[in-house]
Amino acid sequence: MSALTLKNVYKAFGDTEVLKDISIEVEQGEFVVFVGPSGCGKSTLLRVIAGLEEATAGEVHIDGKLVNTVPPSKRGIAMVFQSYALYPHLNVANNMSLALKQEGVSKAEIAERVQEASRMLQLDDYLKRFPSELSGGQRQRVAIGRAVVRQPKLFLLDEPLSNLDAALRVSTRLEIASLHKQLDATMIYVTHDQTEAMTLADKIVVLRDGRVEQVGSPMELYNKPANKFVAGFLGSPAMNFLPASLLKDGDTRVIGLRPEYIYLDENGPLSAKVQHVEQLGGDTNVIAMVGEHMVTVRLFGQHAIAPNQQLTLGFDPATLHYFDE
Amino acid sequence: MNKARSNPVSAAAMHGALIIYTLIALFPVFVILINSFKSRRAIFREPLSMPNSDSFSLIGYETVMKQGDFFLYFQNSMIVTVGSLFLILLFGSMAAFALSEYRFKGNMIMGLYLALGIMIPIRIGTVAILEMMVATGLVNTLWSLILVYTAQGLPLAVFILSEFMRQVSDDLKDAGRVDGLSEYTIFARIVVPLVRPAMATVAVFNMIPIWNDLWFPLILAPAEETKTLTLGSQVFIGQFVTDWNAVLSALSMAILPVLILYIIFSRQLIRGITSGAVK
Repeated sequence: MSALTLKNVYKAFGDTEVLKDISIEVEQGEFVVFVGPSGCGKSTLLRVIAGLEEATAGEVHIDGKLVNTVPPSKRGIAMVFQSYALYPHLNVANNMSLALKQEGVSKAEIAERVQEASRMLQLDDYLKRFPSELSGGQRQRVAIGRAVVRQPKLFLLDEPLSNLDAALRVSTRLEIASLHKQLDATMIYVTHDQTEAMTLADKIVVLRDGRVEQVGSPMELYNKPANKFVAGFLGSPAMNFLPASLLKDGDTRVIGLRPEYIYLDENGPLSAKVQHVEQLGGDTNVIAMVGEHMVTVRLFGQHAIAPNQQLTLGFDPATLHYFDE
Repeated sequence: MNKARSNPVSAAAMHGALIIYTLIALFPVFVILINSFKSRRAIFREPLSMPNSDSFSLIGYETVMKQGDFFLYFQNSMIVTVGSLFLILLFGSMAAFALSEYRFKGNMIMGLYLALGIMIPIRIGTVAILEMMVATGLVNTLWSLILVYTAQGLPLAVFILSEFMRQVSDDLKDAGRVDGLSEYTIFARIVVPLVRPAMATVAVFNMIPIWNDLWFPLILAPAEETKTLTLGSQVFIGQFVTDWNAVLSALSMAILPVLILYIIFSRQLIRGITSGAVK
């Protein structure tokens, strides 16, 4: 049975439609990431699933049950918010146990579940502290712990890493991934960061302007993007787009070429003038102009390339993507 | 304060200005207090001198204790003030929560309508209020005063509290909803504790005018058993003769409870005024 099914979900605020005809199926135990630029409706979609917003039309099924009219607390979900949203007047242990107390879970079981979660998230030393006495990373772990203790059918995470600094983001990302494996839980994760999406997801849902652009595993989306938007959104540095007429006269389509599939080739078909070079140590990113089109080239290793230098570039035609404009 | 930025001259000037202001503000209170401990003749001969062995007298306090039911008046004032404050904070915060939290038709209009009372003095409606109280049989009860003061305090309370409640993070309230808290619990357990400074501000703003009011007690509840302290003290002020000892003693005692209430709220109040100024 699928953990979550959305059938033709619409959401409008007044006259503004923010979600248009969304249908998604999420399997038990899957890690699904909703990704898209800001304003694409991904957070609203998560709030509709949580029951914090009502869908204007369409059906939301969680664990096979229609939940359109079920309040958030009865949907079997737990949510982690971007701003952590810890109760400021409760200490860590009480923050985690509040929902269980509301459900009427026995004291012994609450204690056991809180202990389990705090061990898993290394919060044992902080159980008696208040949220104001914790660092950002610790607060985020408490917020995750508050979701874990509820043992929900569905975890909803709304940009949980975006308030953390870069180093902490990477380590918390790993923690979330290992938590997903440990709990074998179904997770829905919203982000605008394509790296988070690629690294965490079993399945990515790319959204734009309230519509689903493509659904698939990270590698499916990377290798076979359905359209130019998905192709440009996933992968870093972003895919290069050039008019196909550069290669073949009269072709009106657009070609997409990933920076990592371009190489230096004396007999290559593209000649380019170097604009800027980014030396990353392991990689060298070269930004060059092919005619009036900017192209990013990702070369493995270190290369002595200077601005204004002329390069000839080659690529394997099999790695080309064609898009209709 | 940051040491590098503190400058002895400006610090002295700042403290000097504050000390002068404090002296000016406390001077009348000080005069009332010292004169309440003096004999009648001493009050008029040297109103600014401290009571000494010659002029010291407790006659004013004795008169107050003997004449009139001072403790009853005291109790009435306390009941009216605390009762009104409780109702203002209760209804004000609930209305403010509804206005700030829920999207419904006429939300804006409702907010403006509730705030309108800030601009219209309630005393304009005194005659109508009196007629209403007569019709409902509430004249000469403490309830008449509590109801009027609650109505008088609500507009400002709703206005201030709804502004503060809008600043409470939506995620926090949503987290409560996901955790299964009812709207009432979210209001009482999450939002109210976070706007406590604002509630203290509202309480202090309302407390002093209610405690000191003479107008409504005189019109709505002048009976002996419902007199408030301010009204009760008036028995010592006559058209031709005023018992200054008694008046000053009664006023000195009237200051105390409101001072205590103020101290209770003031810690919160200071935070309320400065919150938002510093992130």
